[in-house]
Amino acid sequence: MILLDKVTKTYIMGEIELTVLKGISIDVREGDFFSIIGPSGSGKSTLMNILGCLDVPTSGEYYLDGQEISTYSENDLAKIRNEKIGFIFQKFNLLPKLDAFENVELPLIYRGIKSKRRKEETEIALDSVGLYDRMHHKPNELSGGQQQRVAIARALVGNPSVLLADEPTGNLDTKSGNEVLDILESLNRKGRTIIVITHDFEVADRSKTEITLRDGIIVNRKVK
Amino acid sequence: MNMSLKNTLKMAIKSILSNKMRTFLTMLGIIIGVFSVIVMVSMGQGATASVTQSIEGMGSNLLNITLTDRTIRFSNDNLSELSMLEGVHMLSPNINWVAPVKYGLNNEAGTSVVGVNENYMVINGYTMMTGRLINPLDIENRNKVVLLGSEVSESLFGQFNPIGESISLSGIKYTVVGVLEENENTLFGDNNNMVLVPYTTGMRQFRTNSIASITIQGTDAASIDKTQSKIETYLMTLYGTDTYRIFNQEQLLSTLNEITGVLTLLLGGIAGISLLVGGIGIMNIMLVTVSERTREIGVRKAIGARRSNILFQFLIESSVISGIGGIIGIMLGILVNRIISTAFEIPISASMQVILIAFLFSLFIGVFFGMYPANKASKLKPVDALRYE
Repeated sequence: MILLDKVTKTYIMGEIELTVLKGISIDVREGDFFSIIGPSGSGKSTLMNILGCLDVPTSGEYYLDGQEISTYSENDLAKIRNEKIGFIFQKFNLLPKLDAFENVELPLIYRGIKSKRRKEETEIALDSVGLYDRMHHKPNELSGGQQQRVAIARALVGNPSVLLADEPTGNLDTKSGNEVLDILESLNRKGRTIIVITHDFEVADRSKTEITLRDGIIVNRKVK
Repeated sequence: MNMSLKNTLKMAIKSILSNKMRTFLTMLGIIIGVFSVIVMVSMGQGATASVTQSIEGMGSNLLNITLTDRTIRFSNDNLSELSMLEGVHMLSPNINWVAPVKYGLNNEAGTSVVGVNENYMVINGYTMMTGRLINPLDIENRNKVVLLGSEVSESLFGQFNPIGESISLSGIKYTVVGVLEENENTLFGDNNNMVLVPYTTGMRQFRTNSIASITIQGTDAASIDKTQSKIETYLMTLYGTDTYRIFNQEQLLSTLNEITGVLTLLLGGIAGISLLVGGIGIMNIMLVTVSERTREIGVRKAIGARRSNILFQFLIESSVISGIGGIIGIMLGILVNRIISTAFEIPISASMQVILIAFLFSLFIGVFFGMYPANKASKLKPVDALRYE
């Protein structure tokens, strides 16, 4: 479902060319729980941005659901992000002025879905992360773990092909971190494809496929 | 996949309300701008209206014909032919002399003496205070009768009734048969400091052998231009071009309206500058907002907002600020107009047109000055925006 073929990413900063990804090839199957680990500076954030269609590769090919998208326009990429990818960020990235319901609803608004169906689907998504009764709380009225669960609901609500989680437990205490991981695991068990980027081996241990990135190349692949 | 205007609007209003003080201060620039445009333009239009009113008071269906070529003069035949033309309701000769007027020891030197016929009073809308009008018999018999303007009557007779008294015009005795009601002065001079005599009598006394000027009343104001061209054709075939001048109230009105219109535009323009300054205020605050919300823009883009979604979100925010500011400014303007009109008893009020233009202009300001910040926001790369702290 996700196939990267010899993807490179080079940043040009003034005179200096910095190659962050040096030919990455990965294959994420449907229903996989795929983790990418590596120390900071290994290029895993860049890889995450490319997988999430927030950025495009310098060279190489990226197939998502069979479509080669590295040449897509900005609007096409926005559509892909909206429909095929659900993001979960380390810092939650909820909009502080919107309550939980409105945050989760947002992807559906951008998709142009009618308000009645939006309401139903938003409530289902919030219910699935156990926050149905907190839907009218603002992010600052929720704990870190709850905020991340709202973010998961937001990622899920559009029924994307893949959930992309970037250090989802990085800003959480162990207990809420585990709760979040439990949710991700159970989602995966129900067939959702998940890609997690982390430097935490405990997180990676829960995944089915694991790759290790160092200095822009894959140094280890492990299928459990 | 595109979000509805309703949702964009809701989003914009929510974010505007989340920073009330800032929004209000930004709006204030627009409020003051729109307010001053409304009040300034209304005052200009009020002035225009009162000028128009005073001219229309003189009758906008009047034409004044003066022969400029001294070798030709109207004959009585000309007069009757002119009065038969289509669109001409009635006419009167209008011959002006200046003469000393005396009654006993009271003396008014340099009084304007106008030779007229029986129609003159009606044409000019003059009414009698007391006595009778000049009648066709007076014209035919060259009767030495005179109508006094209110001021002349006042200075010669004071409180006494002048009817039946004799006054002298340049030494010739005339009988006073009537006194005119006081008239408002028009642009053409003092209508109260004059006396009216039958034109035939006047022509004999002042040795004027022909009529050079007549006043014509058209049947209605709407067809006055048509009537004028009929008269022109008549005069042209008779005397050729450049021998006469036709003075049309309507033309005077349009000239004056042009002048007051320019004045209004000027006032509105000056007020418009303050609206422009308000617009710059919007741009300034929108730029701040965009940089404050860089991360939000990143998140929105990550979950599928297109460039156009972000662009519209910010554009709508700035136009909602300017639009609401515009509405408040309009309401304030209308209020102050009311206060001014009651306090100074000048009828000023903002026309629907001005209100609409002021509102649309304030919206335009919002869009125009919001464009740059909104465009800047929409062009942010999601990766960079998300990384922004």
